[in-house]
Amino acid sequence: MKLGEMTLMILVMAAVTYLIRMIPFAFFRKKIKSVYLRSVLFYIPYAVLSAMTFPYIFYSTGNFWTALIGTAVAITAAACKRSLLTVAICACLAVLIAGFII
Amino acid sequence: MEKSKTTSDEKQQNFSRLSFEKGIKDGLPIGLGYLSVAFAFGVQASIAGVPILMSVFISMTNLTSAGQLAGLNIIAACGTILEMILTQLVINARYFLMSITLTQKLDGSFTFGHRLLCSAFVTDEIFAIAAAKPKTFGRKYFYGLVILPYVGWTLGTLLGASAGSILPDFIINALGIALYAMFVAIILPPSITTRGVLPAVALGAGISCAIYFIPAFSNVSTGIAIIISAVISALVIAAIFPIKDKEQER
Repeated sequence: MKLGEMTLMILVMAAVTYLIRMIPFAFFRKKIKSVYLRSVLFYIPYAVLSAMTFPYIFYSTGNFWTALIGTAVAITAAACKRSLLTVAICACLAVLIAGFII
Repeated sequence: MEKSKTTSDEKQQNFSRLSFEKGIKDGLPIGLGYLSVAFAFGVQASIAGVPILMSVFISMTNLTSAGQLAGLNIIAACGTILEMILTQLVINARYFLMSITLTQKLDGSFTFGHRLLCSAFVTDEIFAIAAAKPKTFGRKYFYGLVILPYVGWTLGTLLGASAGSILPDFIINALGIALYAMFVAIILPPSITTRGVLPAVALGAGISCAIYFIPAFSNVSTGIAIIISAVISALVIAAIFPIKDKEQER
């Protein structure tokens, strides 16, 4: 992608993201009452993050097997409720070490 | 809270007790966290072939991890503007709800102009801290709260993007998993504790994998695949496991 085209894409991305935040912040005075709609908005971030992570995490290191090991370590560390940074460091180290062995 | 009560509260509390310094203090841990998440984003941007200053530009104008990664994927795949708009709408839809919730906490110092500026800084973590305040707060507190997260996000991206262009391949490959590992760390704990989150996560991942691996869907782009997966998952799971108000105050 050319630099000008990339700039345009980034500006579009920024404008959409800003408007979603700004319109309710500046103009909205009421609460969304529909339990269903509120529930959809509650689940969206989790569904988005999982859809963005799987299966792409398996191809994030250039080698399927090191990525698989890194994913297993990340899931284990996250299940133990470690912080974002700890989970990320553990996964990266696992990939690094696995890369030397495989 | 009833509307008439909010209005009178706002009039009485034009001078909120929460200071700018208190905001800075509350924002520090968020800023440190953003430093590492943004570093991981910077590395991803470098892998995608985005120039360093461009990735810093993305972070300074967007301030959102999932939206930026999705945007990055669309840029890397030379996607269309329509795809970019739809993807950002879906991925960032949650900010709409957060902004609505936050408006209940703003005191009289938030004039229209300040609302226009402040809304750019509504993120998951800033929302969580601000929405948890028992009373209304003023704009000084809010500006204090958002400064360090913004600096951390920008600086982290710069460092990550720079590291991505300097470090050897085997380290970059290992760092490539960092942002995804953080996403796992965000979705897994609530999957264990909050009913309905695990099914939403599983269905989202399942549909996303199905689109990725089934040959018939091979020409569906990444951005569209994420929209389809997330929207179907949230619509279905919200019908099966509706969330009551109390559980939503994250």
